[in-house]
Order: sequence, then C-alpha cells, then structure tokens
Amino acid sequence: MKYSYFPGCSLKGLGRAYEESLLPVFKHLGVELEELEDWNCCGATAYMAVDEGKACVLAARNLALAQQSGHVQMLAPCAACYLVLNKAQHYLHDSPAMRTTVDHALGTIGLKFSGALSVRHPLDVLLNDVGLEAVRQKVRRPLSGLKVAPYYGCQMVRPYATFDDQYNPTTMDRLIEALGASVVRYPLKTKCCGGSLTGTVPEAGVRMVYILLNEARKRGAHCLATVCPLCQFNLDAYHAQVTSQYGDVMMPTVYFTQLMGLAFGLEQQGLGLGRAAVPFKWRPGTVPSPQPEVQSGEPQLKAQSS
Amino acid sequence: MMEIERTIKYDADRVKGFGKEVMGVSGCEQLESCIQCGTCSGVCPLSIYMDYTPRQVMALTRGGFKREVLRSHTIWLCASCYACTVECPREIRITDIIYELKQRAIHEGIYPKRFPIPVLAREFSEMVRRNGRITEMLLVMRLFLKTNPWAAMGNWRMGLDLLKTGRLSLATEKIKGRRDLARMLDAVDAEKGAQA
Repeated sequence: MKYSYFPGCSLKGLGRAYEESLLPVFKHLGVELEELEDWNCCGATAYMAVDEGKACVLAARNLALAQQSGHVQMLAPCAACYLVLNKAQHYLHDSPAMRTTVDHALGTIGLKFSGALSVRHPLDVLLNDVGLEAVRQKVRRPLSGLKVAPYYGCQMVRPYATFDDQYNPTTMDRLIEALGASVVRYPLKTKCCGGSLTGTVPEAGVRMVYILLNEARKRGAHCLATVCPLCQFNLDAYHAQVTSQYGDVMMPTVYFTQLMGLAFGLEQQGLGLGRAAVPFKWRPGTVPSPQPEVQSGEPQLKAQSS
Repeated sequence: MMEIERTIKYDADRVKGFGKEVMGVSGCEQLESCIQCGTCSGVCPLSIYMDYTPRQVMALTRGGFKREVLRSHTIWLCASCYACTVECPREIRITDIIYELKQRAIHEGIYPKRFPIPVLAREFSEMVRRNGRITEMLLVMRLFLKTNPWAAMGNWRMGLDLLKTGRLSLATEKIKGRRDLARMLDAVDAEKGAQA
C-alpha cells in the first residue's frame, strides 16, 4: 500500500500533533506514505470565498504533482484539505468551463491533470485498505476503560459522504472500539465547531466549542477524538476562553491517530501528546479518573443568555 | 420624535438581473427552485447570529436585492459546514451560493468594514500567493493587526499555551515553486480579463 501524502499547512503548524501521530502509526501498519514534493496550500475554505477558479487551480497543482510522481492515491488527513481536493475534482468533472480554466493554468507551468487520482481520508484507508483486523492485531496496550466521544466535524461527511454515513458516521467509532476503548453516544458528532469563527467572531465561535465540549462531558467521555486539525485546535486551545465565559469544561481533545499510537505501544515516539493545552494524561493500563460531577439541566451561562 | 425604519424591501431596492446573474453561475442554478421552506435556517448553527437568515438570503438573492445580501453579515458568518446544502429538499447548493456572494462582495469591496472574516479571506489568499503555504501564526497576527490589535492582547493565555506546547512557530513556510504558482494564478486572471 503506497500513497502520496498531502500534509497541508496545519499538519506542519498548529496541527503538528496529527502528523506526529499519523506517521508512526501508518508506518507501524506497513502503509507507505510519500510526502508530495513541494505541495502548496489547498486553499481551504478561505480561498473559495475570494476566487473559485484560483481555488481550484491551487488544488489542481497538488493533484497534478501527485500524478506526475506516479501516484493514483493520495492521503489527505486534514478534513479541509480532504474536502477541497475532492471538491476541486468534482468541479473539474462537472464544469467544462472550470476544466478549461484549470487546464490552461496548469499548462502555463507544464503540468497536466487527467483526473484519475483518488484523494482519501486516513479513516477510509484504515477501514477499507488496511482493515480493522490488521489494526486489532497491532494493539499491544488496549485502551480498556477509556470512554471516547467520537467527533467528526463537517468536512469529512459534508457535502460529500464518500466512505461513511453522512448523518451518523461510524468509521472512527469502530476504529476506537478496535483499540479496546469504548465510544459514548455523541449526537453532535457532525456538528460544526465554528471553524475560524472562534478567532473572528468569538461570541459565536467560542460558544459552539463550549456546546461540543460540554456535551462530551455530559455523556461521560474522558476525551474527544477528532479527525481535523482545526476542530482539534478549537476544542483545545480555546479552553481558557470557554472556561472564563461558561465555566470549566476540562475535556481533552486528541487525534484518533494518537489513540492508535497509544494502543500500539508507540508512546516513546512522542505522538504529539505534549502539544495540547488541555493535556491528555491517561495511559493504557490505568483507570481513567472519573469525570467531574455533571450538573443536571442546562448549564449556567456566566456571560449572557440568549 | 420616534425614529422608524422600514423593515421590508420594496421593488425599487432591487438590482434587476442580479438574481439571474447568480443563478447563471455553475452550481447555483438550483436556487430558482427554492420553496422557502426554511430548512436551511433551521439547521444552520449560526443563523441565530445572522442579520438575514439563510432562507432570507436565498429569497433576497433570487429577487435581485444585491445591496442587501452583499452587505449582510450572514454571508460572512457562514462557516461552510454544509449542513444546509445536504438538508435542502430542493438540492440547492446553499453553501456554494454563499461562496459566490462572498466572492462578489470582496470583488466589489462592499463588506462590513473592520469585519475580520473578509479580511482573513484576503490575507489568507495573499499569503498563499506569496509563499504557496500558510504559516498559521503569521496569518493570525496579520489578521489582528488589520482588524483589532487590542484583541490580540486578550489572547495572551492562548499564546502562552501554544508557546509551551511548541506550536507557536513564526518561521515562514514557503514552497520552491512560488513563481509557478503566481504564473498559474495570473493565468486565471488573464482568462477572466479576456472574457470581460
């Protein structure tokens, strides 16, 4: 199994813990990842707001480079990159005008993209190429006793649900169970975390983060598991703001790959576990500390009530 | 004297042809068939903060109320979660229509001043053009500088957390093919210019 690996900007920046856990875990499973040479930013949601044509061209350069290096499969762990690289392919397929624009732009630098590259999410690869049985066989230290709230966010399942259910995705649930942990019922698993609104309009964004954290706490989870660097950043780094506005919600947020690394016994490789503002201190073989008392009814809002 | 303001729109507020123009864009055609059911506003996690709900933005756009939609906070509050798009019974790609409206608002320079979201979009695209990649912390700093320098001070605890956990890197990420990238983006502009 060999894939072109598209890390994206976040996995080299604020979301580096995702890469630091993903790479050793995939290596341990025998999946070969080759980082795309000189990849550029996928454009994310921000570029689509400025210029759709250019956004597609940005994505297409990466797709073309991967194809040029002989790959037919690309792994895009960041949910935003995953969506943008797939969305660009949909646009190229559906709109002849967009195809012309992109072909022309790629042509100016001698690149070509034929369209036969599939961009995959790590969960897709883990469940459908590697298989849960192979994952189970690598588990050295089962995550027994750990209760996880699986949080998928938006972009893995919307607007395109390619390998999982759009309304109730379960790939991460099944993976977490294969690691020996249990999942709590988490109905907000695909609710938006607020994206960049945490920074731009905090009165809206921070509240969205609070709702997700508090629901995980109410459900008795010990941690949230994410598939997206922006979700992880929002749920983790805004903890101080959430606390000052709504009260303390001590809920660590980890990448699913970090849980895999712990279960595989790869902790000595770091796995980016020291990167979180709300540290995830639990280790396999110990009893998770009980969650703080949950108040019944609606939590009190210190700031304002709407 | 009591100050009053008209809360509904008149025919004279319309910009004739605007709705047709938007519905003529690839991916936005389905707007024509909107039944105003309000599912989009119901599932939108941000509609409670919007000046016009997504349902209203759809109606205003189709009706040609260009100034109202392009100046609305709604289009900038959309976080692209696509909940409306997947729930719409008429299969209208609402998120993509909002992207189209954002592009038009940026292009015409009519968005709420000092509103950080369009500034973020612009700073983001300029950084990608310059370096080929985003250095997140530099982007955030530019955003604060351009909108509300004092707000950055309020986030000192987060800065400290990021520093302690080794995530606060300010070294600019750059690709080798920066010239290629600029040439490609220029080609898109040239094509648009030729069409206009």
